[in-house]
Amino acid sequence: MTAVALPILIPFVLIISLLFVKSVRWARVIAIAGSTVLLCVSVYLFIRLGSEKVITLNAGGWPSPAGITLVVDYLSALMLITASVLLLTISIYSVRFLSVSFDRPKFYLFFFSLAMGLNGSFITGDVFNLYVWFEVMLMSSFVLIAMGSRKEQLEGSIKYLALNLTGSMLFLAGIGLLYGKTGTLNMAHLAEILKNDDQAMLMNTTAMLFFVAFGIKAALFPLFFWLPASYHTPDITVTSLFAGLLTKVGVYAFIRFFTLFFVQDQVFWHNLLLITAGFTMLTGGMSASAHYETRRILSYHIISQIGYMVMGLGIFTPLALAGAIFFTIHNMIAKTNTFLISGIISKMKGTFYLKDIGGLYKQNPFLAVLFIIPAFALAGIPPLSGFFGKFMLIKAGLEDKHYVITTVAVFTGILTLYSMIKIWNEAFLKKQPDNAFNQSGKIKTGFIEVLPSVILGLVSILMGLFAATVFQYTLEAANQLIDPTIYIEKVLHTLKQ
Amino acid sequence: MNTVILKIASRYVRGLLIIFAVIALLRGHNFPGGGFIGGLLAGLSVAFKGYTFGIAYLKKHMSIMPEWFIISGLVMILFSAIPAFLNKTGFMTGEWYKITLPLAGELKLGTPLIFDFGIFLAIIGITIIFLFSLTEKE
Repeated sequence: MTAVALPILIPFVLIISLLFVKSVRWARVIAIAGSTVLLCVSVYLFIRLGSEKVITLNAGGWPSPAGITLVVDYLSALMLITASVLLLTISIYSVRFLSVSFDRPKFYLFFFSLAMGLNGSFITGDVFNLYVWFEVMLMSSFVLIAMGSRKEQLEGSIKYLALNLTGSMLFLAGIGLLYGKTGTLNMAHLAEILKNDDQAMLMNTTAMLFFVAFGIKAALFPLFFWLPASYHTPDITVTSLFAGLLTKVGVYAFIRFFTLFFVQDQVFWHNLLLITAGFTMLTGGMSASAHYETRRILSYHIISQIGYMVMGLGIFTPLALAGAIFFTIHNMIAKTNTFLISGIISKMKGTFYLKDIGGLYKQNPFLAVLFIIPAFALAGIPPLSGFFGKFMLIKAGLEDKHYVITTVAVFTGILTLYSMIKIWNEAFLKKQPDNAFNQSGKIKTGFIEVLPSVILGLVSILMGLFAATVFQYTLEAANQLIDPTIYIEKVLHTLKQ
Repeated sequence: MNTVILKIASRYVRGLLIIFAVIALLRGHNFPGGGFIGGLLAGLSVAFKGYTFGIAYLKKHMSIMPEWFIISGLVMILFSAIPAFLNKTGFMTGEWYKITLPLAGELKLGTPLIFDFGIFLAIIGITIIFLFSLTEKE
């Protein structure tokens, strides 16, 4: 079905049209309209999944495993939808918050090349093609993170680029080993070959290379240094874009690889995943509680919450995987929302430092409500989306007798709550300290400024209220991952019919 | 560098580079070569001109801005997907057309050639932009 290629093709067309655009106004219109179209396409693909289960497309008409196959299953479709919701909200957000010092039409250009890399990674069914999309993403994100070229920004972006390039190198080395051993890079074909392989132990070296490469991308425990070093430096629009999307692609790749074809030495890998998940949660959560700059707190929270997603993969039951996917979606939404709000706060107050601000609750109660939704969702307070994600993961952990990791997960939940309450107390409840950032009276926010947060907040609430429906789909995705027979069949044997 | 020999030689060397670039582009479908390598070779000829006459001179005398190479290349890549879309043969399938020329005989032309030519143009543009930004002085 040709529609499968649209999530890649639309950004490509948008990039070309943005090359012609010189005025900021038109660039904004194209960006918002384009992201809306992307969202529609992802929803359409998701609806089509209901009857077809897995949609495939052989690019160039070459039958797989010879050619590159684009595959959309429930996991890809859910990630596509979430990503395009974020792209849409951030393109609205950029109208007011994008720094004027930027070459703004160029920002949208790289915004969509990031989107193209992102969508490509979600729908590709080929390992090398995934690498290419990772590179597309890495390059465009490097341009975005360095935009504005302030001194600390360049420092952050160099750290970001250096560590991520190391990851790419390991990824490439892993691809080489994988190809040398199996003679194919088509994911479904790999799954079929490795399933009947009696030397599966030999795959562990390869799998370890991928583990480290994706660990760097996803910011797992010993490999996360690039994230807090770089995320607080660029413009808040760029940070929000990265916070919701970049690391989650690493998580997606983890889930895809370690459910589809690296499934041989399960005991070893699942224990390794659980151990790293535990350390990731703890270090992230603890580091967050030590900081007083909103962007830094939230950056460390990204890391701690990657731990939950990997924990679901490590437990490896349908419930745990469903929980991990649910949690990933919830986290992409809520995390981006908190970053957007920290941007609004800093625009109103002129700083990201919590020590210097306060009294926002009195000055703008509506903003307080907007903040409390994603904050409580992240902390896991019942009617909101985060509660159900954590609940599923913890329930799966208890059912499968992983008591240590479950305890760590609960404890990290408390740390998250503490950090969110810290931001709440410092920014909203505390009296405004008497300094240069002091303003008296109410502060107004425009409609466009809060619209993205309102949308994302609504999504968080709705995901909580209709948790059963969403859970049904994530469970469907998890079942497809645990038993990839349909996936393999659809990719390898569609043309033979 | 301001030597007469280099200036005269560069005129012929540049011509040769362009010829080789086109050859690399055209043989690329079944042999080593293709749009990327051809584009690099053609970009090299521009770089060569830059080194003989100076980058500043080159910047002043560019009749086509490098951005336009990239834009036209990308547009061409997009266009190469259209025939397959109209024939409903699947996304980006190569479509081939046979043309009989009066003297040379049969010529096979296809959408992969358009795709390769798009890459060729885009790479030329990117090479020139690299050249300009790397030689820029603060």
